[in-house]
Amino acid sequence: MTEGPDPRTPVPRGPLPETPPRRAPRKVELTIDGRPVSAPEGATILQAARELGIETPTLCYLENLTPVNVCRVCVVELEGSRTLVPACSRKVEPGMTVHTDSERVRHSRKLVLELLASGVDVSTAPDFARFAERYGAQPERFAAGATVAQPVKIDNELYVRDYGKCILCYKCVSACGSDAQNTFAIAIAGRGFDAVISTEYDTPLTDSACVFCGNCIGVCPTGALMFRGEFEMRAAGQWDETRQQVTDTICPYCGVGCTLTVHAQDDRIVKVTSPAEHPITRGHLCIKGRFGWQYVNER
Amino acid sequence: MDLRFTSAAASERERAAVDRAAGSQAPARDLLLPALQEIQRRIGWISPGALNYACRRLDVPPADGFGVASFYGLLSTAETGSIAVHVCDDLACRSESLIAGLERSGVPVRRSPCLGLCDRAPAALVTIAGEEPREIAVAPADASSVMRAVRGLPAAEPAAPIPQFGSAGLRLLRRAGQVDPESLDAYRASGGLLALRRARQIGPREVIREVRDARLAGRGGAAFPAADKWAAVAANPAPRYLVINADESEPGTFKDRVLMESDPFAVVEAAAIAAFATGCARIYFYIRGEYPLATERIRNAVDRMRHRGFLDGLDIEIRRGAGAYICGEETALFQSIEGYRGEPRSKPPFPAEAGLFRRPTLVNNVETLVNVPGILIEGGPAYARRGTERSTGTKLYCVSGDVERPGVYEFEFGITLRNLLRYSGCAIADLRGVLVGGAAGTFVTPDELDVPLTFEGLRAIGSALGSAVVMAFSRSRDMRGVLARIAHFFREESCGQCVPCRVGTVRQVEALKRGDTGLVKEVGRVMRDASICGLGQTASSAIESALARWPELMKEMR
Repeated sequence: MTEGPDPRTPVPRGPLPETPPRRAPRKVELTIDGRPVSAPEGATILQAARELGIETPTLCYLENLTPVNVCRVCVVELEGSRTLVPACSRKVEPGMTVHTDSERVRHSRKLVLELLASGVDVSTAPDFARFAERYGAQPERFAAGATVAQPVKIDNELYVRDYGKCILCYKCVSACGSDAQNTFAIAIAGRGFDAVISTEYDTPLTDSACVFCGNCIGVCPTGALMFRGEFEMRAAGQWDETRQQVTDTICPYCGVGCTLTVHAQDDRIVKVTSPAEHPITRGHLCIKGRFGWQYVNER
Repeated sequence: MDLRFTSAAASERERAAVDRAAGSQAPARDLLLPALQEIQRRIGWISPGALNYACRRLDVPPADGFGVASFYGLLSTAETGSIAVHVCDDLACRSESLIAGLERSGVPVRRSPCLGLCDRAPAALVTIAGEEPREIAVAPADASSVMRAVRGLPAAEPAAPIPQFGSAGLRLLRRAGQVDPESLDAYRASGGLLALRRARQIGPREVIREVRDARLAGRGGAAFPAADKWAAVAANPAPRYLVINADESEPGTFKDRVLMESDPFAVVEAAAIAAFATGCARIYFYIRGEYPLATERIRNAVDRMRHRGFLDGLDIEIRRGAGAYICGEETALFQSIEGYRGEPRSKPPFPAEAGLFRRPTLVNNVETLVNVPGILIEGGPAYARRGTERSTGTKLYCVSGDVERPGVYEFEFGITLRNLLRYSGCAIADLRGVLVGGAAGTFVTPDELDVPLTFEGLRAIGSALGSAVVMAFSRSRDMRGVLARIAHFFREESCGQCVPCRVGTVRQVEALKRGDTGLVKEVGRVMRDASICGLGQTASSAIESALARWPELMKEMR
């Protein structure tokens, strides 16, 4: 007789035992913009600043992805540090003194926004204009410089890749990789200003490892990755978010029960997203949930 | 991993190249770069089929593998001929006429950043792919010596590797040109391996104490106290790794190459001492890909010492760079060894805590380590009596540019820039400026030549010793062209990860061209403040120092 419960004995009925209370993480005391704040150990400066209601611009950061701290628009001044530090990934430490709005910080944020906007088409990046206004960015100072302008890649029915709008935030690579989908169809290729998001040898998506989950579209901060329908409607001048209705529902396909956010314009579904804070999807879906709704429009 | 591949298949030769590098081992990501390098060496480029096979063998997603292959300058993902002629067109080489001549005779020239042969400029590296791959460094290069190499003929090695050849008082360079660099017996007969024996007698703690008493500072650029680094690594849990950073790529720097080529056993002995002192069971040499002779000599030294039992208990791997300046940055170097793109990591955590394979790691530059045997032989306090209070010992300086006798010079810390230039035959009356520390360094004017070449002396005039580049520019040099080349270098070598450096280095090139000093400074500031690593943080250093010293340069530009 082996040890352990007899598999023939049913699990005892009754209320589920409560999970033991998690020990509250230790608190770390620091100062941000002259105000004391207490943040749990392991939190980032970004999170601690949010506790104080300080808005920090971010482009490559997303709650459901591992921070890569490459865009540098969230940099803050940390006393004792030679360089500015990225708020999105730098962990709080006891006694830190942080400045989020010093002249030095404002200069770096302004320049980062200018450097990006002077080389990339940011016209469909939702937060960009707001950040640019806040920091007085004037990308035209760098006009006539090199850009990443290039033809749009359209090689499948579901989504397009307009890398002239790509700021290389790595989010699509993370979502395609170990942060969500584990498909690894895309990576950064090339180096420096010539670096691009690419499949191997720029193979069309239809021949690549892509499974068309569309999670890369979900995390893209600039509209470089876009539903083909949205892309075509925009090109035809028909895209109008003021005429769109947004409705949460449950995906009809399998038993997981993912929450879908259905975007409809003139009673036709134009795209599907999922809330990043949703405990099941964390913003990510599969091909069926993301794209499997055309039949509704064809009723 | 559940991977999906395109239908492209590898040829038999491509498979054989991968198998040679990947061996019969279980799939290991860190063999990706060696596998890609072997394909490059044998086939001449990395085809989709070859990449698929390497990725299948090593369980790497092919898109990811392509990202790695396309990152490195010495790997080609487009089909090319089997012969590549890399000609240095960097500051010291001034090879425009050579390049034009070669191109006229139909040689497919690839322009290369500094090849680390500035003492024998101009320089070229010829690679011939095939079943017997060849890599031939040619310096000084002219049309006929390059053509000889293209035909597979070896290049002549210089009779004297250093200008001070034979002088008394040399310590780090005392064997250069005097002792056979390929013979362990010759090395031992010249006092080699005594330090390693002494280290094993006195034990790790005492070795670190000697290094501390010597006040040895790192020679890679940051001048960090070596003993502090060693002690920090030794205090962290095993397994620990030792990485020898021999990816010397700062334009104008060639001292580590000379050490590895002319005294390789000393480099390996020093590494064995450092590993012993810090309890590292595995050593990685990461040698610049453009240094074939140095690689061969280090490999030979390791083999001979291992064969005779001097390296028992130590695992030693020799890895080669693949054409990326950024991989000299320690965390980018770890990424490269692990089989990824050489993109620097955020610090903290620092390498002593989480470095290679996220384990505690000691990273030292070649020159730093080569000081250690001497310290153990004469004792730390005696070593510290040389040089100055804050810069102890002797230092290797890489002198190049407009001097009569370019080369690596060894002097006690404290020699002035003027005396070093005089010693190397520089016409000081005709000098416009000196670049100290390399492309990431600063320019110094003729009225600053009395600065002592110490860490503290250079700091006092707003400069830095960096990798000890001393490159002289006479009045006849086109300084605008020099600045443009430096800006171009950073544009080409930025890894592309963070925005300030990826875009800033491009905007720096453009603003310089337009003569817009204001924008150069603003871009310089965001690169310095907000870039992830030292490359971006120093990418405007030399340029801004030149504009501060010669404001008229920008007027000339407009």
